[in-house]
Amino acid sequence: MLQVEDLHTQFFTSRGVVRAVDGVTFHVDAGETLGVVGESGCGKTMTALSILRLVPDPGKITSGRILFRGREVTKMTDEEIRDFRGNDVAMIFQDPMTSLNPVTKIGRQIEEAMTAHERFTETLARGRVIELLKRVRVPAAESRVNDYPHQFSGGMRQRAMIAMGLSNEPSLLIADEPTTALDVTVQAQIIQLMKQLNRELGTAMMLITHNMALVASLCQRVVVMYAGRIVEEGPVEQIFNSPQHPYTWSLLRSVPRVDEARKDRLVSIRGLPPDLSNPPPGCKFHPRCPFVIDKCKTDPEPSLSEVGVNQVARCWVLMRNVTEEGVEAAKASALSKDAAAKLKAPVMEVEGNAGG
Amino acid sequence: MALPVAANIEDLSAWEVSEKQIGLWSDALQRFRRNRLAIAGAVLIAILVLIAFGSPLLVHLGILHDPIKQNVDYIESGPGQNGFSIGSDELGRDTLSRLMYGSQVSLAVGILVQAIILPIGLLVGLTAGYFGGRIDNLLMRFTDIWYAFPDLLFVLVVVSVFHPSLLTIFGAISLVNWVGLARLVRGQVLSIKEKEFVEAARSSGSSPAKLILKHLLPNSLGPIIVTLTFGIPNAIFLEAVLSFLGVGIQPPTPTWGQMVFDGYEAIYANPTSVVFPALAIGFTLLAFTFVGDGLRDALDPRMRR
Amino acid sequence: MAVTAGRPVRGALLPPQVTAITSTRAGSLAIFIVRRILWMIPILFFVILITFTLMHLAPGSPWDKAGGRQLSDTVVNNLNIRYGLNKPVPQQFLLYITSVIHFDFGLSYQYQGKTVSNLLLESWPYTATIGVLAFLLIIPVGVGLGVLAALRQNTRIDYITMGFATVAASFPNFVIGALMVVAFSVLSYKATGGNFFLPAAGFGADDHLIMPVITLALLPIAYTARLTRASTLETIRQDFVRTAWAKGLPERLVVIRHILKNSLIPVVTTLGPTFAFLVTGSVIVETVFSIPGIGRAFVVAIESRDYPMILGTTVLFSLVIAVANLVVDVAYVFIDPRVRLT
Repeated sequence: MLQVEDLHTQFFTSRGVVRAVDGVTFHVDAGETLGVVGESGCGKTMTALSILRLVPDPGKITSGRILFRGREVTKMTDEEIRDFRGNDVAMIFQDPMTSLNPVTKIGRQIEEAMTAHERFTETLARGRVIELLKRVRVPAAESRVNDYPHQFSGGMRQRAMIAMGLSNEPSLLIADEPTTALDVTVQAQIIQLMKQLNRELGTAMMLITHNMALVASLCQRVVVMYAGRIVEEGPVEQIFNSPQHPYTWSLLRSVPRVDEARKDRLVSIRGLPPDLSNPPPGCKFHPRCPFVIDKCKTDPEPSLSEVGVNQVARCWVLMRNVTEEGVEAAKASALSKDAAAKLKAPVMEVEGNAGG
Repeated sequence: MALPVAANIEDLSAWEVSEKQIGLWSDALQRFRRNRLAIAGAVLIAILVLIAFGSPLLVHLGILHDPIKQNVDYIESGPGQNGFSIGSDELGRDTLSRLMYGSQVSLAVGILVQAIILPIGLLVGLTAGYFGGRIDNLLMRFTDIWYAFPDLLFVLVVVSVFHPSLLTIFGAISLVNWVGLARLVRGQVLSIKEKEFVEAARSSGSSPAKLILKHLLPNSLGPIIVTLTFGIPNAIFLEAVLSFLGVGIQPPTPTWGQMVFDGYEAIYANPTSVVFPALAIGFTLLAFTFVGDGLRDALDPRMRR
Repeated sequence: MAVTAGRPVRGALLPPQVTAITSTRAGSLAIFIVRRILWMIPILFFVILITFTLMHLAPGSPWDKAGGRQLSDTVVNNLNIRYGLNKPVPQQFLLYITSVIHFDFGLSYQYQGKTVSNLLLESWPYTATIGVLAFLLIIPVGVGLGVLAALRQNTRIDYITMGFATVAASFPNFVIGALMVVAFSVLSYKATGGNFFLPAAGFGADDHLIMPVITLALLPIAYTARLTRASTLETIRQDFVRTAWAKGLPERLVVIRHILKNSLIPVVTTLGPTFAFLVTGSVIVETVFSIPGIGRAFVVAIESRDYPMILGTTVLFSLVIAVANLVVDVAYVFIDPRVRLT
């Protein structure tokens, strides 16, 4: 239903060209829930914004195709894309407090999403707003409709955003970190809600997150991104059970798992994400990779290759080629490296304007 | 950059302050330099200062006419006539030299008023912010009353009632302008008081006063400088208005506002006598505004990242 | 004064009817207005006090004619008795306060037999006309230019409008007034042989108004434009604007309901100071253009030491400004639903 082919989105800043999305290809089928995971800054949000052609200045989609039911989104006119947004594909954002207009009533904000596409008359829309709010389990929906965002709690605001996103029955809902800005207990509620809605409505969903647990509970397939590229892709179960790319492996290692032996220590990925205007040579992950070999430092990453049923990954090493001892060594060394790093690190890092 | 682990809070905060200070100033200077308008303004101000100090010398050397000397034979000359480069006014005085001398008054007003305001504003702001509570309330109500007074009206009343002189004019202008600085300082003190290390210092028994002062300076120096810089054109403006209305610094000392006032009478016959002082006032204010803008952008902590 | 959370109402001690009122927004609003009006009283009192004190601290008496013959002692005595100046100063003050409450500002010193109230009533229509016209000019032009510059950021339009705004904001209004007179009255008269020029003095309901109104409005327009631009630019970057675009809303709706509705809020708060500026600016503009309004009457009063007139005008101006600020603060409550009143 949605097909993204070799998408490149770049930012032309004074410090250089930032390749935020660097050749991304994936698809979303009708009704399925796709997870998109990766650290902050890996390009997942930019990919989503590119799909809606909402890339902010100084960014631009420089090449690639985005096909929605066969139509080229990249080539749509202004009027067509306006019709497309919020209607065929809807997006909900991370922080519901800042993503809602503070001086307009919530009911009105949901209503305008519907009337803008002329699918509902004003009176119909107004009634439907209450229906939608009820559906997302906002209590006292009839009176809440006239409230302002600051009168809602965080969880309720996110529910309202979800209602807004689903108001036009889009084929695809893109959710960018829908739970990150919420309390942990509220997070669980929202996840429940999204599961329910997915069952009830059958809307396809692209769930962007860095929270692997979320992916595990909601998604059928998952795409792992790093430095603007997809490094692994496949069905959720397979990815979780046998991740092939070291980055995926590290991500999973950094999440505590109930079903694992207690003595398996958490491994955090050392280092920081690369500067996308000046990436390291060779494989962009190599400075942080526990299994790096010489080839990774010189040759660019390989293209995605099949590593399992419907699973692809992009690596010279691949986890299945790493021995048991190699894995244990990586865990141990990563841990001791981390521990060592902590001891040498300053008590307080001040960069520029701390506490000003 | 590896740092030694902090031994106690005082050390840490001291370090934090100096690192910020170095970064702030060199960064700011760089940014200021890139702002062409601000540089233009600064250049103009420098020229004005030169003129203000240099014109008595020029008169002494005979290059420039005496601004006070009246010459009944040559009243209302146009540009270039009778040896007057720009012209002369209704009493035969040379417009050019009066223009140049006028810069003395304008600069003096602008800068001296700020010098007066600084201690007053600092004192009130510090007191209000540090002591808080009822003292703060009282002082803030006091400033509210001051705010309610339209500034031009107050200055006019004071100056006219007490006879315009340097003292009354400077005093009156200062009186209407100190509130802004006081509020700023108070705000800064309050925001520093909220910071955690002050709480920590207080709970460990040390006096937060020194800590606050130590932090007040680097944090608020920027906004204070900007406020003072913007205050200069305001003061010059008030003095010019006073002169224009006839209650400013009295003749024979030439001021630009006075020149506009005098020239206005003869505006049909000799428009240049109005235009030049008017433009002088305008461009001087513009220069200070540009510099103020430039300073504000350069010192704005938000833009440093 | 900003509208922020203040001290909480002492709810437990109030009768239930009052708490019932305060719990509704309309009720809180009413109480807020009443509190602000009550607060205006001490402020005005102090304004009067300060001005009054200044009057009486002045050296000499109001009957000293500058540079002219001095009046004889008996005449001065009589004048003092007539105008109540022989009473002790605190008593004079109290008398003044009581009469002010009755809107009686006393007799003018310079115009025999005329009361200050008379003078004020005569002159205020002129001032009001120019002030209102200027205000009506400021809002659309100022906001319009600001929005335009923000939506076309970094284009030529942006630079031109903001450049103009900076210059206009720096040149004092008497300078602008004088320059306009030079340009449009003197030079255009000379250039067109008397055919086209704008009148530089006097008052009439036609081209007499053009230059004074523009002169008065220019600085507030510049200031408003700059503020609107800055505020709009900041609003455009907010997340909720991105949400609005993502919903597929038409451009007009995004600009008006989402961007402007938020970015104009800070602009409203400056309307109070703008109004104050129009009031003080009228003093200058009326002098430059010889308009017989309150501003010019004030200047004349100052020149002739007409204390009651000076006092009366100051009180009136302060009152008007205070009321304007109150109106703006109340309006702000309506505009921004996030504001809490208690």
